[in-house]
Amino acid sequence: MVRVVVDLNRCQGYAQCAFLAPDVFEMHGEEALLYKPRPDEAHRDDVVRAVAACPVQAILMDRSDETVTVGEASDAR
Amino acid sequence: MPADGHLERLKREGRIVVVGASLAGLRAAETLREEGFAGTLTMVGDEPYEPYDRPPLSKGVLLSRTTADHTALPRRRNLDADWRLGIAATGLDMAAKRVRLADGEEIEYDRLLIATGVRARPWPHEREAELDGVFVLRTRDDATALQKRLADGPRRVFVIGAGFTGSEIASACREREISVTVAERGAAPLVGALGGVVGEVAAQLQRENGVDLRTGVMVTGLEGDSAGRVRSAHLSDGSSVETDVVVVSLGATRNTEWLAGSGLGAGPRGIACDAGCRAFDIRGIVTDDIFVAGDVARSPHPLFGYQFLSLEHWGNAVSQAETAAHNMLCESVDRRPHMWVPAFWSSQFGVNIKSVGVPSMGTEILISQGSLAERRFVGVYGYQDRVIGAVTFDQARWLPFYEHLIETTAPFPPPFPTVDRRPEGARPVPADFPDPSVPTHGPTVTLSGYSPADRRMTFTPGRH
Repeated sequence: MVRVVVDLNRCQGYAQCAFLAPDVFEMHGEEALLYKPRPDEAHRDDVVRAVAACPVQAILMDRSDETVTVGEASDAR
Repeated sequence: MPADGHLERLKREGRIVVVGASLAGLRAAETLREEGFAGTLTMVGDEPYEPYDRPPLSKGVLLSRTTADHTALPRRRNLDADWRLGIAATGLDMAAKRVRLADGEEIEYDRLLIATGVRARPWPHEREAELDGVFVLRTRDDATALQKRLADGPRRVFVIGAGFTGSEIASACREREISVTVAERGAAPLVGALGGVVGEVAAQLQRENGVDLRTGVMVTGLEGDSAGRVRSAHLSDGSSVETDVVVVSLGATRNTEWLAGSGLGAGPRGIACDAGCRAFDIRGIVTDDIFVAGDVARSPHPLFGYQFLSLEHWGNAVSQAETAAHNMLCESVDRRPHMWVPAFWSSQFGVNIKSVGVPSMGTEILISQGSLAERRFVGVYGYQDRVIGAVTFDQARWLPFYEHLIETTAPFPPPFPTVDRRPEGARPVPADFPDPSVPTHGPTVTLSGYSPADRRMTFTPGRH
């Protein structure tokens, strides 16, 4: 699973991500960014490249596969 | 004290409870682990979902670019936490150091972090609020329901309140070619957060994009049909609007009710805490084991006259959570103050709106770059001859520069020429904020409390 969040306070609309991972990131107007917070696994490498290329390092991608569902939460008691 | 190894023991085998499993709670939990906390970490959240990101709910989700169940936040690291999701905290016993949950469970803590955030303020008339087709937008479930209804192709959407969320909803509707009416009590959209000069630009943007914008009006009632579906909204100017979807965007209410009677300094304005994120009790004494972060916190900010600020800002939730978590695990001399410069963004009608500082404190605005007419500009806000805030429309790259001016309390108007300053930016004009004593859903920064240096308060006995 790939989870992504962009710190849009940092983002300055350089659009490197939209170039490197166009299925995940797109410019919406001149400098606003729209993105898919859970891209398909097939785009993982593109996202990794976008994370690395972002001039302001605004993209955070999962560094953990840990997840939790409500069912698990109850089991964990 | 270091001598008795108290902190080492806390880090090794202590119990930390985080109430609130959204952005602030998640980032705090990550920071606790990063800083070496190896004890028991319990995450309590009233929604049955792992921490998710809210900003996409009013943008990408409503545009059907993604779905609300795909907004879970990425993790910076493994948390190894015990999760209590879908179970609200209902009480706090400060003496026994216990949090009570809705299912009756009680969890003991050595340190508690409260990050319960805010919730959407509902439409005040309960029966009208329950009509089918009346929505608010704050949670994943809200967004899923609204997205579904928009996908059904309603004849018209009626948005109550033109703050950021309301304006973004209207923008999404227009992009989907859905007719939309926006009713706003103020003179223009975004007026509470950015003032009347910028609000006027936002109003033009809405109208040019086909929004039926009604300003200076209040919604007096919502009417349903015999099947209990909303069918029209009545306005204070005597008009009414036929609609099949109503979105109530009247700002937020702080989630502090569960703390009533606990002795913690919590109320409708949030939970007061010091600059180190430690909560105050009702006696005004700072606690040493209860910390606060995110939208629910009110804390004094040195850059803004030590006023207590409540910031409903994504970046504040992250920054305050990191500071709170750090301070939970260290000696008092090693604690850090929360000094984040307020910042937020919104995208609507294809324009990227960003801000730093506290525009709503500003009395004047100078358009230092670009032009209002072109919807591409930088506006600088001045308060008592210093730069206090800035806003950009499609000029985000300049914002760090203005942030620096705010942080260094630079004089206002800025004494230097800027590139692309037009005649309209030659001198400051009144920023035109509405009377702050009138309640509004608008500002995402709430100024509350007074500076210790402020001696202007006077006691006026009531006349009977």
